[in-house]
Amino acid sequence: MTDQTLATYSNLSIYSAMAVLTLAMILYAVHLARLMPSKEREPKRELVPVGAEVGAVGTDAGVGIAAGDSASTLTGGAIDCGWGNLVEEAWVEPAGARKAAGMAWMLTLLGTALVVLGVALRAAEVHRWPLGNMYEFAIVGSMFALLVYCGWALRRDLRWLGLFVVTPVLLTLGLAITVWYTDAAELMPSLKSVWLAIHVTVATLSVALFGIGASIALIYLIKDRVPLTGKLGFLRRLPEGPALEKLAYGLHIVAFPLWTFTLIAGAIWARQAWGAYWNWDPKEVWTFVIWAVYAAYLHARATTGVSRRAATWIAVAGFACIIINYAVVNMWFVGQHSYSGIS
Amino acid sequence: MTYSAPTQPQLGVVGWLRWMWRQLTSMRTALFLLLLLALGAVPGSTFPQRSLDSARTAQWIADHPTAGPWLDRLGFFEVYASPWFSAIYLLLFISLIGCVLPRTKILWHQVRSAPPKAPGRLERLSAHTTAEVDLPPEQALAEARSALRAKRYRVHAHDESTLSAEKGYLREAGNLVFHVALIGVIIGVASGYLFGWRGDVIVPVGQTFANTLIRYDTFSPGPWVDPTALTPYTVRLDSMDVTFESEVQGRGQFGMPRDFTATTTFTPDGGTPRTEIVKVNGPLETGNGTVFLLGNGYSAKVTVRDADGTVVYRDSTPFLPMDNFYKSSGAIKVLRAGGDLGFSGFFLPTGTIDEQGPRSLFPDLLDPGLVLTAYEGELYPNANPQSVYSLDTSGMKQLVDDKTKEPLRLWLKVGDTAQLPGGRGSITFDGVERFAGFSIRTDPGKSLTLVSSLLALAGLVASLVIRRRRVFVRVTADEGRSLVSVGGLGKGDDDGIADEIAQILARLPRTP
Ligand code: HEM
Repeated sequence: MTDQTLATYSNLSIYSAMAVLTLAMILYAVHLARLMPSKEREPKRELVPVGAEVGAVGTDAGVGIAAGDSASTLTGGAIDCGWGNLVEEAWVEPAGARKAAGMAWMLTLLGTALVVLGVALRAAEVHRWPLGNMYEFAIVGSMFALLVYCGWALRRDLRWLGLFVVTPVLLTLGLAITVWYTDAAELMPSLKSVWLAIHVTVATLSVALFGIGASIALIYLIKDRVPLTGKLGFLRRLPEGPALEKLAYGLHIVAFPLWTFTLIAGAIWARQAWGAYWNWDPKEVWTFVIWAVYAAYLHARATTGVSRRAATWIAVAGFACIIINYAVVNMWFVGQHSYSGIS
Repeated sequence: MTYSAPTQPQLGVVGWLRWMWRQLTSMRTALFLLLLLALGAVPGSTFPQRSLDSARTAQWIADHPTAGPWLDRLGFFEVYASPWFSAIYLLLFISLIGCVLPRTKILWHQVRSAPPKAPGRLERLSAHTTAEVDLPPEQALAEARSALRAKRYRVHAHDESTLSAEKGYLREAGNLVFHVALIGVIIGVASGYLFGWRGDVIVPVGQTFANTLIRYDTFSPGPWVDPTALTPYTVRLDSMDVTFESEVQGRGQFGMPRDFTATTTFTPDGGTPRTEIVKVNGPLETGNGTVFLLGNGYSAKVTVRDADGTVVYRDSTPFLPMDNFYKSSGAIKVLRAGGDLGFSGFFLPTGTIDEQGPRSLFPDLLDPGLVLTAYEGELYPNANPQSVYSLDTSGMKQLVDDKTKEPLRLWLKVGDTAQLPGGRGSITFDGVERFAGFSIRTDPGKSLTLVSSLLALAGLVASLVIRRRRVFVRVTADEGRSLVSVGGLGKGDDDGIADEIAQILARLPRTP
C-alpha cells in the first residue's frame, strides 16, 4: 500500500471510531438516565435521615476522611450504588439501563479498536513513532484513554464512568481531525531520537490517566455540591463521594510518577538535542508547573486540615495546566518546542 | 504534619524562632510554597526571557515603555534568577530539610524498636476478624507468626498471648529518599550553573577550531570557572551535510530540515586525530566539554580588488540564517588604506528579488545570490567592539550608483563581478561553502542531577506503592481450641487491610 492509501485508511478509521463512539456516548447517557430514581420514591428518600447510616455502610468509606469533609453525609449511605459492596436492597437496576450499558460497552470496545487501527495505520504511513505533531499526540492520547478505560472496566463495574471518558475523548478526536490535522511528514532532526519515543509516549499515557482522573474528580466535586434531584438524579447512582475521591486519587498516583519520568526523559533528550538539559523553554516551564501542581495535590491530600475537596480542586487545576500546556503553549508561545505542525 | 499552633502568649525570642521554624517546616507551608513555585514559574513562559532571547526581550521592553522597565526591575525577564523566585525555592528547600530530618529520626527509631504492643480491644481497629482455630493456643500463635512472616511482617511478641507485626517501612523510607533526592537535584543544578561553561563558535568547512578562549565567538562561564584553563583539543570540520524536505509534503513541511551531519576530525590534547560524526541528537564528547551541532548556514567567498586589479581582500564570510529558507544576513569588512570598504546585506541560497524584497525560496543551494549595499569610511570608529555580522556605519558613507545617483545595490550570483562606483575597484562572488554552528558546553552537575532525579523517581514509586501496615494477633484458649483475633491498621487510605487479614487467617488451620 502506498502512504497515500494508508493515510486515507487511517483517517477513515478515526472517522468511523468517532461515529461508533458517538453512539456509545449516547447509550451511556441513556444508561445513566434510566438509573434515575422513579418519581414516587423521590420524596421518601429526601426524608431518610442521613449521617447515622454512614458509619455502618461504608467501613472503607469512613476510613481516612479528613475532618470537615462531609462528602459521605451528603449523599447518605443508603443510596450508594456501590460496586459490589452495598446496594440499596429495594433497588434493582432497570433492565433498560443494563441493556443500554451493555451495548455502549460493545461499541466502546469497537471504537477503541478502530482508534488503535487508526494510530497503527498512521504509524505505517509516516514510517516512525506516530508522536511528532499535535494531531498525533491527540489521537494517541485518545487511544491511551480508551485503552485504560477498557482495561480497567474489565476488572470493575465502570459503566457509570463511560459517558465521562467517551465524551472528552470524542471532543479530542474531533479537534484533532479538524483543527490540529497535519499531513504525514518526516521529523525535524532534533525530533529524531529514541528519547522522543520514550518521553512523548509516557507523557501521552500520563495525560490520559490524569484526564480520566480529572473527569472523576469533577464528578466528585459536582456530586458533592448540587442537589441530587430532577435531571441530576442519576448522580445518586454513581459511587459515593469518598469512593469517587479515592478512585481519582488512585489514578493520580499512577500518573504522577509517569509524569515525573516524562520530565526526566525530556531533560535527557533536551541535552542530546540542544546541549542543555533544562532551558526554561515555555514547554519545559509548563511541564514543571504541572508537576509542581500535582505534587501539591498529593501533599494537600496528606496534610491534616486540608479537606479532600480542596485537594481535589488542586488536581483539577493540574489538568487545566495540562490543557494550557497542550493547546496554548504549543500553538502560541515562542520556544524551541514549536513543532505543532500547524503553520 | 508537624503543624502546631503557639499556645503560650509570651514566647520570647527563642520561642518565636522555634515557632517560625515550626511554621516553615509544616506541611501546610510546604503545600503553599509548592503552589507558589508553580505560579511563580508561569511568567517565565509568557514574557520573553533574556537568557533565552535577549533581542526579543529588548524589543518587548521597547514596545511597552511603561510596563517594560517596571517588569524588568521586578525580574520578569529573568524569572528563574529573580530574587523572588529564588526565595520561593530556597524557602521550600529549607522547609524540606527541616521536615526530612525529624522524619528520618522517627523512622530510624521505629525500625530499631519493636512494633508496639497490641491494643486492648482489637475490634476497635479499622479491620478486625475473629476465627476459631483447631489448635492449642501456643501452636495457634506459632502458626500465626509464620503466617505473618510469610507475608513479610516484622513480628514481635510482647507477651504470651499476643503478636505485634509491622511492615512497609520502605514506604516512609521511599518518601524520605524522594525528598532528599530533590535536594540532590537542586545541588546538581546549582553546581552546573557555578562550574559549567558554554561557548559558541561558527566553523566553516575546512577550518579547524581549537578549544581556547579567544577562538570562541561567545563564551559564558559560570561564576566559579577559570576560562583560561581549557583543554586545547581541536575539531576540524571536514564536511557539513544537510538535507531539506524538497517534496511538497503537507502544509508547512516544504523546506523543513531533515538531516544535519557534520563530519569532523577530532584531535584530543596530545592525542591522535580521529574522525567523529556530530549530529543533532548525536553530540561529541571531548572530555572537556561536549560539542553539540546547534546550527548551520552559509559563508560567502568574496574577492575585492583595487582599481588596478590587486586583490585587497579574499575571504569567506559567514552569514547568519534568519528564516526557515535561510535568508541570511551578514557583513563583509575590507580594511584598506585610504578608506575601508564595508558591505552589508543578505545571502540567499535560492535567491530572488520580488515585490517582497530579496528573499530565499528554498534553504538549499539551488540558485545562490548575494544582495549587498556598500559603504566607505572607517570600519571601527572609536575601536568599539562590534558584531561580525553587522556593519557599524556611523563612520562611513554609503556609496551611490554613478548613473542613477541612488544608493548602490549589488545583486551577485556565483561567479559575478561588479564594478564599484568611482573607480574604487570591483567585488567578485567566488562561491559558497557551508559552516557548522557548534556549541560546546560543560555541566559538571549533570550526573548528580540525573542520579538524584532517578532516585527521586524510585523513592516516589516506593512511597506510593508500598503499604505501611500493622497487624495484631491475640489468641485465647477455647476448650482445646483457640480463638484467634486479628486486627489491622493501615496508614492513609488502605482498602486492602481487611483482605490482608483474611489472607492471614486463611493460612491457619480453621475449624469448619
Ligand atoms: C520540593 C518540594 C516538595 C515536593 C515536590 C514534594 C512532593 C511530595 C510528593 C509528590 C509526595 C507524595 C508521596 C506520597 O503521597 O506518599 C509527598 C509526600 C510528603 N511530603 Fe513532600 N514534597 C516537597 C516538600 C516537602 C516539604 C517541605 C515537606 C515538609 C514540610 C514535605 C513533607 C511531606 C510528607 C510528610 C509527605 C508524606 C505524606 C504521606 O504520605 O503521608 N514535603 N511530597
